[in-house]
Amino acid sequence: MIETIIILSLLAAGFGLLLGYAAVQFKVEGDPLVEQIDKLLPQTQCGQCSYPGCRPYATAIANGEADINQCPPGGETTIIALADLLNREIVPLNPENGTVKPKTVAIIDEQNCIGCTLCIQACPVDAILGAAKQMHTIIEAECTGCELCLAPCPVDCIEMITIKESLATWKWQEPKPFYKLHPQTVEPEAG
Amino acid sequence: MIKKLFNFKGGLRLTGHKAASTQHPVMPAKLPSIIILPLNQHIGVPAEPIVSVGQHVLKGQKIAKATDYVSAPIHASTSGYIRHIGPHAIPHPSGLQATCITLEPDGEDQWTDLQNHAHDYTNMDPSALRNLIRDAGIVGLGGAGFPSFIKLNPGPGRTIDTLILNGAECEPYITCDDMLMRERADEIVAGLMILRYALQASHCIIAIEDNKPQAISAVEQAINKLNVPDTQLAIVPTRYPAGGEKQLIYTITGKEVPKNGLPIHVGVVCQNVGTTAAIYRAINHGEPLVSRYMTIAGDIDKPCNLEVLLGTPVTELIEQCQGNIETLDRIIMGGPMMGFALPNLTSPVIKTTNCVTVANKNSDKFQHKKPMMPCIRCGSCADVCPVNLLPQQLYWHASAKELDKTQAFNLFDCIECGCCDYVCPSHIPLVQYYRYAKAEIWQREKETQKSNIARERFEFREKRLAREKAEREARLKKKKEAALKTAESPPQEDSKPTVDPKQAAILAALERTKTKQTTQKVQPKNIDNLTDEQKQMIAEIDARRTQQRQQSTVASKTASPPANTARRETHSE
Repeated sequence: MIETIIILSLLAAGFGLLLGYAAVQFKVEGDPLVEQIDKLLPQTQCGQCSYPGCRPYATAIANGEADINQCPPGGETTIIALADLLNREIVPLNPENGTVKPKTVAIIDEQNCIGCTLCIQACPVDAILGAAKQMHTIIEAECTGCELCLAPCPVDCIEMITIKESLATWKWQEPKPFYKLHPQTVEPEAG
Repeated sequence: MIKKLFNFKGGLRLTGHKAASTQHPVMPAKLPSIIILPLNQHIGVPAEPIVSVGQHVLKGQKIAKATDYVSAPIHASTSGYIRHIGPHAIPHPSGLQATCITLEPDGEDQWTDLQNHAHDYTNMDPSALRNLIRDAGIVGLGGAGFPSFIKLNPGPGRTIDTLILNGAECEPYITCDDMLMRERADEIVAGLMILRYALQASHCIIAIEDNKPQAISAVEQAINKLNVPDTQLAIVPTRYPAGGEKQLIYTITGKEVPKNGLPIHVGVVCQNVGTTAAIYRAINHGEPLVSRYMTIAGDIDKPCNLEVLLGTPVTELIEQCQGNIETLDRIIMGGPMMGFALPNLTSPVIKTTNCVTVANKNSDKFQHKKPMMPCIRCGSCADVCPVNLLPQQLYWHASAKELDKTQAFNLFDCIECGCCDYVCPSHIPLVQYYRYAKAEIWQREKETQKSNIARERFEFREKRLAREKAEREARLKKKKEAALKTAESPPQEDSKPTVDPKQAAILAALERTKTKQTTQKVQPKNIDNLTDEQKQMIAEIDARRTQQRQQSTVASKTASPPANTARRETHSE
């Protein structure tokens, strides 16, 4: 009897120590769920979801504060991916956050730019190059099309341009299935 | 001749329709009225124009240079004037335009000086040989258009034991390689020797399908005539897609090219016979790639093979073969299995164009798209797939947009041969689904890469802003502390140099105002010649003021009513 108790309590203590050690040694840094959600977001950093960037939105989703349908740049693809990850229902995009638009890139009309640096401060990904009283320009490859630079510009010299389809961006479209249904299955009321 | 061959799984026995276009010897096509040369006729980076509009160029003159390792230069197909450099329709399924150089022939067809470019390759370093092939603008003429010189570079530490020449032209209607082997077998075999030298391959195999007896005998004669050692002929059974690179390698060597691998990984290099002949012309005669053999077949009166200058508009060739532009329904670039319908009839012939198939309206040869029916899981597609895939599983997952599952079913091993499409009793455009899925996966990959960069830049910016804020705060704090120190210290220590002159000035100003406040009192004005009434009022006001001052110093609620009564008293008076 005593032996059993001693053995069991020793085992319990041993495993407890082991688990405690593992908890300290193999601690996971950060919240892996937030990381996973953040990976699925388009990283436009546009704030249309009402959070200041993609990561804060990912945190809000992980905490259950935000729904998965608040990201217009991600569109349907992102919603499906998030629904998959979080095991939730697929919901249509919330129109309050905006609508799905074709991909755009910002262009500065360099003739009209006065070099005020306001857009540089607004750009979330540092994709605008310039200095005070010097002409600014957009690094197109790095522009996410978030439109955050439009509002601060005092001379309205920034324009969003839709990215044109080229041989590099062209892709095969999904074939449209056209089933010919049997007449009886089409009009069940008639029969 | 190789006796032991291996059979690849699946494939189709198709009606060849090859006899019609092999009746006559290959004729040069008429000099076209205009030549359109797209800058991207190959896989890789587009070439860069080195000519200007209005300039006169000679046939074979380089007009656009290669800009990257995977790129190829472009040469003028005939002598003439550069008329335009800009967007023009190109043979591409998208129907998009791309930059082209438009050349107006002057009718002379005058070659540039080729003498200096002809070489004896046996004294050359293989890398110099590759540079010559690159400069001649030679790309794979079988259809893919991969720059040939890259394929001839096995890389350090790799040995090539087998060099295969692909003469297995398996797609229906196409006969240009067949005609080339019949007419220019010597050039092909001579080209083979050049390739073999460049690769240092131990032995060579020329593979020809058994439905081309004339080509087989011509090549056999050429091998005997030129006395080429260690070179064998392999007669492969006619079965589509026997001419696919991986299928052909398996048929001949029994080796399977690994997933995501290249033939070079199993010690094999495979080149098209047309490419080989072009390499011979480039090395021994210095001729760059300016023309090619191609088949014009389908619903036309005179199906034939022509030697066509690159850049010739497709419609001019069809007219030459007495095809009717008015009645045609579509022009298929390539064969009926792997070709695509040309979206724009002004598109030119490019380096990879081996065939133009014309389909008329009301054609009995080419079927129209039949309505697609649901998949009945018959499994015919899996039986014919030459790469051992499960086409219906790929279709299910592609149509459901489950892209990761299509990849698990090895979507990227699909060679888009169209066998599954051909046998499907429900007329499902299977290959279209695979192309769509592949394109979607590539696009998502690109987007992920872009979003990763954006995330990195965003996070870096956040860090930078936080750091700048911390630095600013630290600076402010330091200043404040310094100011406090100087404010406390001046009265005690008179050592002037330690005091900041600015601080001293501020302190002096503060001192002045303080003394002003304490010493100076407001002197009342206009107090001469006052009436008694006025004097009395002033006295009352002064009394009230002192009273209120006293009250405010007490600052209690009970003090307020007397003030009110006092005011009322003054009013009543």
